[in-house]
This record gives sequence, structure tokens and C-alpha cells, in this order.
Amino acid sequence: MATKAQPAEGPETTDTNGDGVRRRDFLNVAAVSFAGVGAVAAIAPLFVQMAPSADVLAQATTEVDISKVQPGQGIKAQWRKQPVFIRNLTPREISEADAVPLSSLRDPQTLAERTKPGHKNWLITLGVCTHLGCVPLGIGEGENRGKYGGYFCPCHGSQYDTAARIRQGPAPKNLFVPDYKFSSPTTVLIGAKG
Amino acid sequence: MSFSWAKPYEPKHPVMKWLDERLPLPRVVYGAIGGGYPVPRNLNYWWNFGVLAGIFLTIQIITGIVLAMHYTASTDGAFNSVNQLIMRDVNAGWLLRYAHMNGASFFFIVTYIHIFRGLYYGSYKAPRELVWMLGLVIYFLMMATAFMGYVLPWGQMSYWGAQVITGFFSAFPVVGEPIRIWLLGGYAPDQAALTRFFSLHYLLPFVIAGVVILHIWALHIPGSSNPTGVDVKDERDTLPFHPFYTAKDGWFAGAFLLVYCIVTFYAPNYLGHPDNYIPANPLATPAEIVPEWYFWPFYAILRSFTFDFILPAKLWGVLAMFSSILLLFFLPWLDKSPVRSGSYRPVFKRFFWLLVVDVLILGWAGGGAPTPFRNALGQICAAYYFLHFLVILPLVSRFETPLPLPSSISESVLHGEAAEAAPAGANTSGGSIATATAH
Repeated sequence: MATKAQPAEGPETTDTNGDGVRRRDFLNVAAVSFAGVGAVAAIAPLFVQMAPSADVLAQATTEVDISKVQPGQGIKAQWRKQPVFIRNLTPREISEADAVPLSSLRDPQTLAERTKPGHKNWLITLGVCTHLGCVPLGIGEGENRGKYGGYFCPCHGSQYDTAARIRQGPAPKNLFVPDYKFSSPTTVLIGAKG
Repeated sequence: MSFSWAKPYEPKHPVMKWLDERLPLPRVVYGAIGGGYPVPRNLNYWWNFGVLAGIFLTIQIITGIVLAMHYTASTDGAFNSVNQLIMRDVNAGWLLRYAHMNGASFFFIVTYIHIFRGLYYGSYKAPRELVWMLGLVIYFLMMATAFMGYVLPWGQMSYWGAQVITGFFSAFPVVGEPIRIWLLGGYAPDQAALTRFFSLHYLLPFVIAGVVILHIWALHIPGSSNPTGVDVKDERDTLPFHPFYTAKDGWFAGAFLLVYCIVTFYAPNYLGHPDNYIPANPLATPAEIVPEWYFWPFYAILRSFTFDFILPAKLWGVLAMFSSILLLFFLPWLDKSPVRSGSYRPVFKRFFWLLVVDVLILGWAGGGAPTPFRNALGQICAAYYFLHFLVILPLVSRFETPLPLPSSISESVLHGEAAEAAPAGANTSGGSIATATAH
């Protein structure tokens, strides 16, 4: 740095190169950036600690034995602390679901798209209403299945059909189909892709 | 606030003016830690530790709130929630816990330096007696908070620490044992004690923060003391807190936090006791039981009474331990010397350093297993501790001849250059200050 140019103020406060950047400005920006990176590094743990911990992530899959579920029956399983409805549909329920024209649905999906090939009778969905998260009725024996024979949410009256698709009420989406695969003909692994 | 030349807060932005007329919070901040608080210009690095204590209180509160989101205050779950969930499963949990564990130790390190700075420079003397006493209240609350925090992981040291410290109360005749049972909510530390310790451990830091505000408020009435102990006389003796001391505190905090980080990252368990990684067992006391390092000197005083003398030894120990802190409240009246700074008190200065050594030896004596030698040394040092405050200090302040004090802070800052440069007998301070500030 040339120190002769502005002897009155000194080199650190003046633009001696004529490029509009003073040495002091550069030092300021460098120091504040460095401190900023440090501050972000110090604050990051305070944010990431709120994300699911390793023991919660370890509950990512649940294996369920479905050998005892007869056609027309259903069971509730638990996956990631949420209810999962596993239902063995009767031929009548399957044909009812297939008979519905897709254009009449709020969230158009066929039953085939919501089940695995070769296991069209096994309807596996989250038991969490897509409106505000209540557990709909209809999986247990004798519970209210609503107008469409699927599920009925007691909180705000959403009605789902036999493919667990939303037909009436405030819910925006069909009951969510989680990732799962048949680990054997009589067991499903919920949470696993396949 | 404290001096007539303190720069008044003048908001320029219309929103700040609007706010100032309704809730003058920025005005309070400006007057407390901004350009509106004039501070003696000659503060040395020992004056950085008050701000550092505030920084560590903040670190403890923030990491503590976060740890409480994952901790379970149950005798079955506490140990695992700390050592399994937080240390292994929670994202960055290990960092937050080690930061909190070592943050407690570093909070005590900076507080001890802050206290001994006050002892050396006579910061407890008029007109700052209440600043000193409020500081002692903070220190007392810190000890209670640290003790209860140490119980929460429910390891062996946690459990037996709770047992021993609540046992202090049982030393008092008649009422002692019922008080101990009441404090614990049982006959030994158990679920009731753990839950209430957790509740209070969460509460007390906010009480500390409140007393810190009183401590700073009381300090800002007379203004900060300084290494000469000479009162501020005019504007040339002071600098505005911002930017001068915010900059100095800022850089020193950065440097000190590096030390804290080195310990937290590379030796996180150095200051702790390995036995606290064993789950609490109410049926077996660890063979070598000592409190955390910051309690060692007091632990040595507690142990130094080994024989009954009118009162039972147990009661003597507890009384001595509590009075070793309580007597500090009377310090402003035990040390009557009008000279504040130890730098101008040749006799006091020697005894001060002797006291530092005494307390360090007490710490060594309290931190190890009770051997006859350690006990004897602890007894001598405990006796000397009380002798220092109750006998030596009053006598020294009475008979000591202090060194001549500088006539002002600005004169002392110039290291006598003013006297050398100016004609004899001339009032040189004005001109020399101009030279000094021109650099």
C-alpha cells in the first residue's frame, strides 16, 4: 500500500488504489463474515437438535403379521407412532371401489394404484385423516364406516370409501398409502420401499 | 447515567423516537452498555471477567433450555435420557451436553477470577458495597444451581452428592433431620427429590439473571471501579462503554471462548468425575467421593472439623462452611482502609496473594481422599482463611501505610510522562491528554 498519497489520514482509511475499495472496508467485511460463519456454526446445533433423534428414526419400519386377517376384517398397526390401517377387502368392496368413475373423485386414484400388484385385497393406509389428523373410525368390528363403506372421521365428518379415498367432507386427500412391501405372503414390512 | 458528561440517548429514526417516548428500552440499553455509559479508561484485563460471566450465564441458559427438551426427570429414565438419548441419539446432543457441563465449570472459573479481582482491587468498598453483596448472592445461587444440575443425570456422584449435601441440614440439632426429610421429600434422594431439583435447576438461572440486573444497576450508580481505585474526576478519565469496551470485551470473550472450546471438544470429561457414568446405586457409595472442583475449598473446610468441641464436629463443619461465604458479606466493614486498590497497599497485597495460595491449597485438600496429611493441611488452611478475613484484614487496614495514589486516572494512564514533559509545578494534565489521544 502506498502511504504517501494521503499522509493526513493514513493508508487504512483512504482509497489509495482508486478502485473504490478502502482497506478498512475490506477488513470490516472480512471480519464480520468470519464472525458470521462462526455464529452460524454455533447456532446450528440448537436447530438440528429439534429434528427426530436417532432412536426415533430407528422406528422407521414395522413388520406386521397379516395371516389372521379374514376378508372383511381389518387391523390397526403402529408405524412411527402413527396408526396404520390394514384391511382385507371383500370381493364386493373391491368391485365397489372399481366402479367409481375417477372423474368424480377429489383425489383421483384407482384401487390398483393404492395396492400392490397381486394383493389388491390388501388395503394398507395410514389411519390419519388428511383433514386435521384424527384417527377415522371403520377399521374395528362394528365401527361406523360412513356412507361409502370405508372410513368415517368423527372429528369433522370426512367420509372415505372402500379404497380409503376421500368422498365427502373437508379432508383434501385420500388416506395416505405408506411405503411397504410383502416380506412374505403373510407379513408386510411397513416403511420399506418395494 | 452516572456522570454528568455521559452522552444522552438521542434517537434519530422516527420509529426509535416513537418507541423512546413510549417504552425507553433502547435508552436503558444505551445508558447501560452503549455509548451512554462512561467507563474509566484504565481498566485492565481483569475487568473483562464480569462480561464473561454474563456470557457463560447465557450459554448455560440456552444449552440448558435445549437439554431440558430431551431430559427425563425420573429415577428410571434420567440416566438413560442423558447418557443414551442426549449423548448418542439426539442430533448434536453430545455437543450441547458437553457445552453445558463444561459451561458450568467455566462459569465458575470466570466468577472466581471476577471475585478475586474484586478482592484485590477493593471493589467491595464504598460506594459499591451492594454491588459486592449482590454478587455474593449470585455466587450463592450459582452454587445451588450447579449442585442441583449435577444431581440430574442420576449417576453415582449425582446421587451421593444429593445425599451428602442435603445431609448438611441434618447437622442442626432438633430441626435438622426433619428439614432434610422435607427437602428430599423422603428419607433418601429419590423421585421426589429428583423432580424438585429439576424444577429448581430450571428456575434458578432466571433468578440469577434477575439478580445480575440488580448487580449491574447498583454498579452503574457510582460507575465501574478501576485498577488505581481512584475516583473518576472528569471526562478525561473515562471512555464510552461502546465502542471502546464492547470491542475489548468482544475480542477477549473470543479468546476465552477458544479455551472453553478446546476443553469442551478435546477434554470434555477432564473436569468431571468418571463415577458419574455409573447409574445411581442407593446401596453403595463410591469409594472416592468428592464434589465438583468448584466446591473443593468448601469441602475442605467442611471436613476440617474432626473432633467435638462444645458442639458436635459435624455441626462445626457445616457452620464453618456456610460462614466462610457469609463472612464475605461483611467484607466492606472488615477492611476499613480508604485505599481501594491492592496495588497501592504493600502489606495487603502480600496477604492477598497468601489468601489465593491458601484457597488453592484448600481446593487441593478438598479434592482428594481424606488422608491424615491432607486433613491436617486442610485444617491449617481453613483456619488461615478465617484468620485472614477476621483478624489480618482489619489489622492491616489499620496499621498499613499505603503508597501515594495518583491524583487522577488520566495521570496514572500517562505513566508519569506528563510530569517529565511539563515544567515543574505546571498543571500539565490537559495538554498531555491532548498528546495522548492524538495517536
